[in-house]
Amino acid sequence: MKVLIPSPLRSYTGQTEVEAGGESLGALLADLDRRYPGIRFRIVDEQGAIRPHIRIFVNGEQEFDLERPLLSSDGVQIVQALSGG
Amino acid sequence: MKPRAVTGVGGGSASQRAKGRGRLAVLVATRKGAWIFKGEAARRRWQITGPLMLGQVIHHMVLDPRDGKTLLAAAKTGHLGPTIFRSKDFGRTWSEATRPPAFSRAADGGKGRVVDHTFWLTPGHPSEPGVWYAGTSPQGLFRSEDGGSTWEPVSGLNDHPQFRAWMVDSQGGTPDGPALHSVIVDARDPAHLYVGMSSGGVHESVDRGRTWEPLVKGLEVVEGFDPANLGFHDPHCVRACPANPDRLFQQNHCGIYRLDRPSSEWVRVGRNMPKAVGDIGFPMVVHPRDPDTAWTFPMDGSGVWPRTSPGGRPAAYVTHNGGKNWKRLDGGLPRRQAWWTVKRQAMTMDTRQPVGLYIGTTGGELWASRDEGRRWNLVARHLPEIYAVEVAEAR
Repeated sequence: MKVLIPSPLRSYTGQTEVEAGGESLGALLADLDRRYPGIRFRIVDEQGAIRPHIRIFVNGEQEFDLERPLLSSDGVQIVQALSGG
Repeated sequence: MKPRAVTGVGGGSASQRAKGRGRLAVLVATRKGAWIFKGEAARRRWQITGPLMLGQVIHHMVLDPRDGKTLLAAAKTGHLGPTIFRSKDFGRTWSEATRPPAFSRAADGGKGRVVDHTFWLTPGHPSEPGVWYAGTSPQGLFRSEDGGSTWEPVSGLNDHPQFRAWMVDSQGGTPDGPALHSVIVDARDPAHLYVGMSSGGVHESVDRGRTWEPLVKGLEVVEGFDPANLGFHDPHCVRACPANPDRLFQQNHCGIYRLDRPSSEWVRVGRNMPKAVGDIGFPMVVHPRDPDTAWTFPMDGSGVWPRTSPGGRPAAYVTHNGGKNWKRLDGGLPRRQAWWTVKRQAMTMDTRQPVGLYIGTTGGELWASRDEGRRWNLVARHLPEIYAVEVAEAR
């Protein structure tokens, strides 16, 4: 499925949109990390929680649960929630 | 321009350092990236390189003195997770650590800790090439044995129940987060370590971090609190003297202290500072060859703790007799209405003769002195808030 990558993480992917797969959001992030080593730790901390300034959307709906099942037809968007100056 | 090989403070022969041959570089870590200032032997002209890692919060950038070319930078963007950047060519190219410092995963149902940022980097002993230590916020100590690519928790400290209570957690510390800092490796013994915990006190290990003992006797805490509770101890910066590793100086939340091992009792030498200035601050710098000489940069710790230069008049203070007397050093610095100050990693020295001193300010200015602090010169301004300043010297 297609995954939209925010600009702070494009140093890993080199492109705005990449292909990755997985039966759940967590599996998708694991696949992303296989393709682009290190990227998952920038999205999810060592305790398995989505980092405070990361937002993940599935088909335009914000998703907080990494167990959320995915279909190959889903679209995933990862964005950075900026704050401060 | 191709960078020349450099070493960290303490590198090169004593004669080379004393004569001041070769170039040196000042490594500046800021809230928005890093810069390198390369100076010629006279330390009068500086060539700027940067920004490096623009937009990343860089808490510390340090050269590996064992190979003279590898830089490690403790980085975090404001919004992504923390990491360590590594450069093997003195800053021309950078890559990320493959496994940055991270706490162990909590057992099911437990609340695990999450590294917010790496705050402090210390190269290991010369006999242990590739070894580095990192101090983090929330407080943790991590060790790398492969030049900073992969990091493991030092479990003897991080997971010890008593130390975890003293460290507090990310909610219990200061708003910027409690920090483990001042990781010191004894130049004579790679197994002998010191660390400072803000808050949590100073601690010593003689077995590479497997076990630790508090080293807080003589240190004061905020009035009304019990010094027997190590959670109330707040060392800001601890330094061991290169010329006598058994002598330590410390800038603490509650004064300036000296410790001469094997004693385990700190002496508050900051009582000898002028009363109007006080002995509160963050950085502490020790002379590379004279263990009686040390510098500090006081800040206003009165009332609500403005954490500015006292009276808007910034100055370093030096002692040449182990803290019995202190002398103001403000030549060239603003005389009034200057409200910046200097953070704990943002003051350092080179090993030339006379010693050069360097400060980075919260207002984004880099100042240097070629004469041990008597006269200061502005090297750069308009940088982001400076978090750390380190020196790397030419071989």
